[in-house]
Amino acid sequence: MISLAGRDIMHAWGKFVFTGLGLGLLIGVTLSMAGIYRGLVDDGKALLDNSGADLWVVQQNTLGPYAESSSIYDDLWRGIRNMPGVERVANVTYLTMQVRQGERDVRAMVTGITAGAAGTPGWPPYLVAGRQITRGHYEAVADVATGFKIGDSIQIRRNHYSVVGLTRRMVSSGGDPMVFIPLKDAQEAQFLKDNDAILQQRRRTSANPAFNRPQVPGLLEAVIASQSTNTYVNAVLVQIDSIHSADEVAEAIRRWKRLTVYTRSQMEEILIGKLIATSAKQIGMFLVILSIVSAAIVAFIIYTLTLGKIREIAVLKLIGTKNRTIAGLIMQQAIALGLIGFIVGKITATLLMAPIFPKYVLLEPLDSVFGLFAVIIICIFSSIIAIRAALKVDPAEAVGG
Amino acid sequence: MKRFPLQTRTLALVVVLLPLLALFIYVSLRSGPLAPVPVTLTQVSSRAISPALFGIGTVDVRYSYKIGPTVAGRIAFLNVHVGDQVKAGQILGGMDPVDLDERIRAQQSAQKRAVAQLDEAQARLDYAQTQAQRYADLLGAKSTSEEIVATKKFELQIARTTLSAAHSAVAQIDAELAALKEQRNNLALVAAVDGLITARNADPGTTIVAGQAVLEMINPQSLWIDVRFDQTHAQGLKADLAAQIVLRSQQSRHPGRVLRVEPLADAVTEEMLAKVVFDQIPAPLPAIGELTEVTVMLPELPAGPVIPNAAIKHVGGKLGVWQRQNGELHFAAVTLGASDLDGYVQVLDGVDIGAEIIVYSTKALSASSRIHVVDSLLGAKS
Repeated sequence: MISLAGRDIMHAWGKFVFTGLGLGLLIGVTLSMAGIYRGLVDDGKALLDNSGADLWVVQQNTLGPYAESSSIYDDLWRGIRNMPGVERVANVTYLTMQVRQGERDVRAMVTGITAGAAGTPGWPPYLVAGRQITRGHYEAVADVATGFKIGDSIQIRRNHYSVVGLTRRMVSSGGDPMVFIPLKDAQEAQFLKDNDAILQQRRRTSANPAFNRPQVPGLLEAVIASQSTNTYVNAVLVQIDSIHSADEVAEAIRRWKRLTVYTRSQMEEILIGKLIATSAKQIGMFLVILSIVSAAIVAFIIYTLTLGKIREIAVLKLIGTKNRTIAGLIMQQAIALGLIGFIVGKITATLLMAPIFPKYVLLEPLDSVFGLFAVIIICIFSSIIAIRAALKVDPAEAVGG
Repeated sequence: MKRFPLQTRTLALVVVLLPLLALFIYVSLRSGPLAPVPVTLTQVSSRAISPALFGIGTVDVRYSYKIGPTVAGRIAFLNVHVGDQVKAGQILGGMDPVDLDERIRAQQSAQKRAVAQLDEAQARLDYAQTQAQRYADLLGAKSTSEEIVATKKFELQIARTTLSAAHSAVAQIDAELAALKEQRNNLALVAAVDGLITARNADPGTTIVAGQAVLEMINPQSLWIDVRFDQTHAQGLKADLAAQIVLRSQQSRHPGRVLRVEPLADAVTEEMLAKVVFDQIPAPLPAIGELTEVTVMLPELPAGPVIPNAAIKHVGGKLGVWQRQNGELHFAAVTLGASDLDGYVQVLDGVDIGAEIIVYSTKALSASSRIHVVDSLLGAKS
């Protein structure tokens, strides 16, 4: 048996393949958009994964440390460490700011990590180059997306840090790359004012007669020293042991330490349900519109392709071809077109489009499978419209017109 | 003849579609979550590591002096400014004596008067003695009454007492004068040691309370660095270890040593405190309060299995490394020993020398991860 569809495609395969390519680019954009949406959600999850924590202990009644600001005393971890079920604890600070390197500056989330060894909660779980921080001050591990290289000297507030390690996919929920620095430095960076502000504050304090009393030498110095210290962190990361459940330990800390505690699933809910909800919905809406538009364009293309062959179809009808054969011809062509379009779309989305986006684009295999089925279903439906047009054609048109 | 063009077309279509299909399969398997994770491998090597501790500190001095008056008063003059080198005993300034000089003069006059009174008492005594002697002789010759002789003896007694009182008065006034002079000297602000003036807190004319510092000076020979080490990074810190000091204003390294580790740690900041001294005091003198980085060298450890700290992962509550054995990944829990500042960590237990372990990866690994070994991950995509 001769494949009519195959024959027809062979007849003008160049046109067919190029139509497929064009369709592919459109599908590629749709797949990329799905990838951007997934990437947005994945950025939020990456932030949680990378912290390595089972529980987040934050200031009472805040959604910290990512969705709201939270500050708690930096010695609270000692009490939390003593709670049953707690295996490891670590202080952490987060501050999104511009990190300067030479002439340029990069927007980054500066993360202060507790002194210790690799594996401490909050530390980057894997590196792509260099080493982890070994000194308690002035060393940094940066995400490759910052563009920093090993040995670079970067400036955070007034201190210079040397980049000793590089990691990747360490991003804030907003997609800003992370820079890890020792906690003590980060605490300083977070609360340290610029030199002018410090000078002005000193002057204000010394002008205040309550603090600058001649009868009490040393009082002014004591007051100024107390103004320039910072004993706060944003959160305490907790890893729990294998015996206790996360909810159990969280409840104990909530009850006895009077702090707010989030488990992994609650944190995910905050990040995805609250922090990135609007932007995710925005992208999601765009994805829906793009999918509808793509479906409409696919339908139009197949319809026009069929109408272009209306004379040949009339001839087929004239020579007594069955309607089933004609319908098969159109549907097979539509599906072939859809398949070529999908393949081209997947390739362009993965190789050409995804890498050029500044933020992470996650192309899930399941999304691709879903996309493939969607493309085929759209092709089948649109070919049905074309089939209806083809079957209505009058065989007389083959000779007339 | 008819079939040939068709074959060419089929061939052409196949030429276009087949690479497309091949590329599609490649893309599906080699990118995205299904792709193998690019990693770099290293072998556990045996090497000796020299652990070191890193801390930051501020330049400080062991001996500093605050010089001020012991009583409240007004500054009369100051001879020195900040930065001046002074010698021990040098007069740096003085307080306003107010009426002290006048009181000394009054006391000096009182002294003269007391001396005159002493002379007078002496003269009276001499006269009384002569008189007593004369009347005693006259009584012997029976030419005077016993009553008059008794009177003269009594007068002699009085004169002796008066002289003694005059002596005491002179001594009292001498002592009072000495006390005033001592007070006068005490108004001078004197350098305690050879040193450097670091602060001049008030200028002449300023009223100062007792004990308030007018001038501050240091002994530059006693320069040291107040260093803070994080408690988790302070294992092995003890006195007499060699140290390298980098001043924030200079990038050159200065050799030094740990003078002592403070018995009191900082409970609030969770830091250990130590004092580090320069082997040779740098010239020019570093500013007091300047930030320094101090690296303390610990003795070199014997060679043993060593891994880079980037290889250490935390999986399922255990610290360990991903090891490649017969082409398969498995997680080996390790016990870690000392580490150095270059990122090498000794392994006490868990992996042997020569084992292949994963150092860098582009994402977190699991036992089922497929890996793809590369030389460097910089520029690699997942």
